[in-house]
Amino acid sequence: MVQKKLNIKNKLLQYFPLLLLYFSVLNEFDIDVANLGLLSFNLPFIIIFYWSLKDPDQIGNGLIFISGIFNDVTLGYPIGVSSFIYLTIIAFAAYLRNITLRPNIYKDSIVFLVAILFANSVNSIILSFFFSIDINYFEIIANITFTFLLYFLFARIFNYLKTVGI
Amino acid sequence: MASGRDDFIIAIRSAFLKKSNKQQFSLLALILFSIFLIFLSNLNFIGIKYIKIGINEATYRLSTLISYPEKKFNESINFLSDYLNVYEDNQNLKNKIDQLTANKLNYLFLENENKRLKEIVGENTSISEGIVSRVLIDKDGKFLKSIILNKGSKDGIKIGMVVLDKSFLIGQIIEVNYTTSRAILISDLNSNIPVVIEPGSFQSILSGTGKDHGIIKYSKKELNLDENSIVYTSGSGGNFRSGLPIGIINNQIDKFAVEFFSDLSQLSYVKIQSIEILEQ
Repeated sequence: MVQKKLNIKNKLLQYFPLLLLYFSVLNEFDIDVANLGLLSFNLPFIIIFYWSLKDPDQIGNGLIFISGIFNDVTLGYPIGVSSFIYLTIIAFAAYLRNITLRPNIYKDSIVFLVAILFANSVNSIILSFFFSIDINYFEIIANITFTFLLYFLFARIFNYLKTVGI
Repeated sequence: MASGRDDFIIAIRSAFLKKSNKQQFSLLALILFSIFLIFLSNLNFIGIKYIKIGINEATYRLSTLISYPEKKFNESINFLSDYLNVYEDNQNLKNKIDQLTANKLNYLFLENENKRLKEIVGENTSISEGIVSRVLIDKDGKFLKSIILNKGSKDGIKIGMVVLDKSFLIGQIIEVNYTTSRAILISDLNSNIPVVIEPGSFQSILSGTGKDHGIIKYSKKELNLDENSIVYTSGSGGNFRSGLPIGIINNQIDKFAVEFFSDLSQLSYVKIQSIEILEQ
């Protein structure tokens, strides 16, 4: 019985990043404070970058690709856009993983900032030039800023989770 | 120098092509496939359309299920907030009822007069009773402000139908699946609605701002709008019936900003209506 409980706990911990990614994508998780409507961040970017950098076997590329399709449908974007954006984030993480000998959160965060700037730029270009969707750039900049700042917090949480058994 | 360039190429090649033990697909293959999908989603093949409807249906249901706890939590907070303000609200409502009773008598007279004049002009507008629909998902995206409704082509929903909250215009249907549909909200940046502003009968366009208010744009005349002027649909272009109330001018938010009558973040049930203008 105890062994069974432990197995369930281990399974849950093992699939935690994947479950969190799908939860955040399907729920379009964000934080909105009534008077500070700009306080929002992109949790899927943080999850994808962190786990692709630290443990790429934890969430498969194919599953990230499917989560992008879910995100497109939830938000009403043309299908394939979010998948492409998520894969560019993985590409940045994979490149950083290949050139890094001694991992450091500050170096990671700089590459993460470049990655989300690039991803959001590509996203905006695709949506505005190819699909003629108007975009509020100020809101996107605010979103990028909070996503970047919260990376440090989430990286710490995920580091802790890695140590307890993921 | 050459060694540095080689390292860069090796790192890039490894990132895009190398698969680790548990990875089924290489990054490059998936990137190419996603680009292919973007092009496909822009084409109107019947097969792709049905696949898209299937994916939409499944995702909307899954998303509704996953959003349920958050939705319930927000509802509880709103309920608590309403409960705490109940006395103040009651006083305000009493005042409003007195005001509205007086207005209603005037409106009844005007409505009858308007009906009579339309008959003389020969314009016959057929308005459907409306289909009440539940809001499944009302999450704002960074780029699109839209809601997912639990009625689709099965219930007779068509693209272009108007979406009302009580009798206030809040959006228009832009995507129809078998049991669900998506409506773009009037607050969306891509929303442009021909409106008339009363008093003064100024014709203009109301555009969404991506926030919880709209803005009056593209007026030919130099507008001189009073605070609290009411914005209605003008019916120009035939997409909307004329006279649907949308909001009120509030220059404190911004110049010619329109504060919507309906709270777009608190939608639970809406009415979907079609309109056909039959010219005699």
